[in-house]
Amino acid sequence: MNTLKKLLGFVWMILAPAIICFLMYEAYVKIGTAKPAEKANTILQWVIILIIFTPISVGFFLFGKYAANNEYDHLPESSAELID
Amino acid sequence: MITGKTIAMNSEKKQSSIAFVIGASSVGTLIEWYDFYIFGMLATILSKQFFPAEAGTAALLSTLAIFAAGFIVRPFGALVFGRLGDLIGRKHTFLLTLVIMGGSTFAIGLVPGFKTIGWAAPIIVLVLRLLQGLALGGEYGGAATYVAEHAPAGQRGFWTSWIQTTATLGLFLALGVIILIRSNQGVEKFSAEWGGWRYPFWISILLVGVSVLIRMRMSESPMFSKLKSEGKTSTNPLKESFGNKANFKMVLLALFGAVMGQGVVWYTGQFYAQSFIETVCKIDFVQSRNIMLVAILMATPCFVLFGWLSDKMGRKWIMLMGMFLAICTYRPIYKEFLAITNAANRTQIIDSRLTNAGPKIPLIDAKDKHKMYVRQVIDTVYTDGSVFKYTITDTLIGFNELGVDRPINLINPTLIKYKAVKPNIVIEKTMGKSATWDLIWLVFIQIVYVTMVYGPVAAFLVEMFPTKIRYTSMSLPYHIGNGVFGGLVPFLGTLIVEFTKTSAKPAGDVLAGLWYPIGVATICFIIGVIYLSNKIDKNVMD
Repeated sequence: MNTLKKLLGFVWMILAPAIICFLMYEAYVKIGTAKPAEKANTILQWVIILIIFTPISVGFFLFGKYAANNEYDHLPESSAELID
Repeated sequence: MITGKTIAMNSEKKQSSIAFVIGASSVGTLIEWYDFYIFGMLATILSKQFFPAEAGTAALLSTLAIFAAGFIVRPFGALVFGRLGDLIGRKHTFLLTLVIMGGSTFAIGLVPGFKTIGWAAPIIVLVLRLLQGLALGGEYGGAATYVAEHAPAGQRGFWTSWIQTTATLGLFLALGVIILIRSNQGVEKFSAEWGGWRYPFWISILLVGVSVLIRMRMSESPMFSKLKSEGKTSTNPLKESFGNKANFKMVLLALFGAVMGQGVVWYTGQFYAQSFIETVCKIDFVQSRNIMLVAILMATPCFVLFGWLSDKMGRKWIMLMGMFLAICTYRPIYKEFLAITNAANRTQIIDSRLTNAGPKIPLIDAKDKHKMYVRQVIDTVYTDGSVFKYTITDTLIGFNELGVDRPINLINPTLIKYKAVKPNIVIEKTMGKSATWDLIWLVFIQIVYVTMVYGPVAAFLVEMFPTKIRYTSMSLPYHIGNGVFGGLVPFLGTLIVEFTKTSAKPAGDVLAGLWYPIGVATICFIIGVIYLSNKIDKNVMD
């Protein structure tokens, strides 16, 4: 199971930037094809989506990195393990 | 001497005290959900009153109100109030969120429309909506933490599941109040500038008032009080939650291994389903909401059932089973929605249909006197009691012998020649009893999935984090999972359907929108199965 956790960690690390690239591409296409009257609104929608998904994707990448480093092999048993 | 009777009395007192805690917390949270939902449910009327499309920039403010409140301000509220809750205590923080939510909801109902005060209207409504999002971001984590910290060990899933019913019951209350007022007033009166759509906002202040009074009688969470008396509360909850790698790893695991999937299942079952049966299946406004109301009412006890079950067998597998069932059955369920409401698939009914065609009513366009509309309503009545109402509007344009457009002259209609543009057909279906029940069961199944993923999630999150930074640590993943991943279900679902539209198939694949919740739930399910533990944390005092 720990090997699987590690291998999937690499998958999440690849998936995270791929999602952002996909969203940026979609934003480009949708803004480009929006009617002039809807353009500003479409830009605003996509800017909000990109602003919010970028840190989430960074978090997903870090999750993958921690998994790839075997840091999820052992989950904390008590709160003492979670506090500095 | 301690007798059996004393022990029984103590236990009874403890039960009634926890029942008060649950009741007081749940009522407040339910009202906050109600406040948040009525804005979304009345979005069409609100946009006409405050964000008219012809006013250009107003549409931008509308987008900000809808998008920013859910996606940016909710997680931000989780950080602001989560921090406050870990610093000053749960009770005062979720009292504050309740007052902010209730106050801003009531105030939205008082703002005059765009017609009366112009640009001030959308700006004020936007600010109030953002305040609503902020308050909601702080409420849930507080209520869930507060209840969990009162609950006896081994019953945390059961007691926190009552808090979990509030989001669904808030939706139920909002739907019920809106339908009741709209049915009593009629559509026109309801949608007027000072019409009935404002009542749900005004009602909120009464509900919040009662809830504030109840909450003021509550005492602080025993665990937080203990930490405070020992001087062990956090001094910087944000840093300790997200700057401390060990805890941050658990925040990420909670988000990607549980809450992200839970969020999309919740929004698909309770919002996407309603939107689909109304806009794609074309079920009548009131009937589509009644279908939701009945299904919600029938499925709500399952929150408590799965919360209780999670105390016996662990939280993980119940939540993941809910996700798995959703992944496997969403497409068949939505296909069935289409089949039930598609006249072409009901051959035995079509054969014996009755058609009542109404008169053709001509109407001249108020602005463009060259245009005239001829509207006809055709009711197709089926033997099972279903009625499909087709409103066909032909647009006719007057022109003279040279082919030049000219105003339509109704005084002497024989002089008018028309060129017809493609008719606009609006379909509104009212399903018969048996078909309605078929639809209710299909929505019910989806809400049962919601109860599986959502019922145990509060206990699951509470047990993941230490008391001193619990409010902050659990609120952020919860609101990203629900506000962002869940809240985007309608937007991204519609976007995916757009991709499938071609000139050969202009409507596209209406089921394609389901790939978003299915995709997110699948990733979350894989992460949950592989990385999560099913162990119940017996000691949440630490």
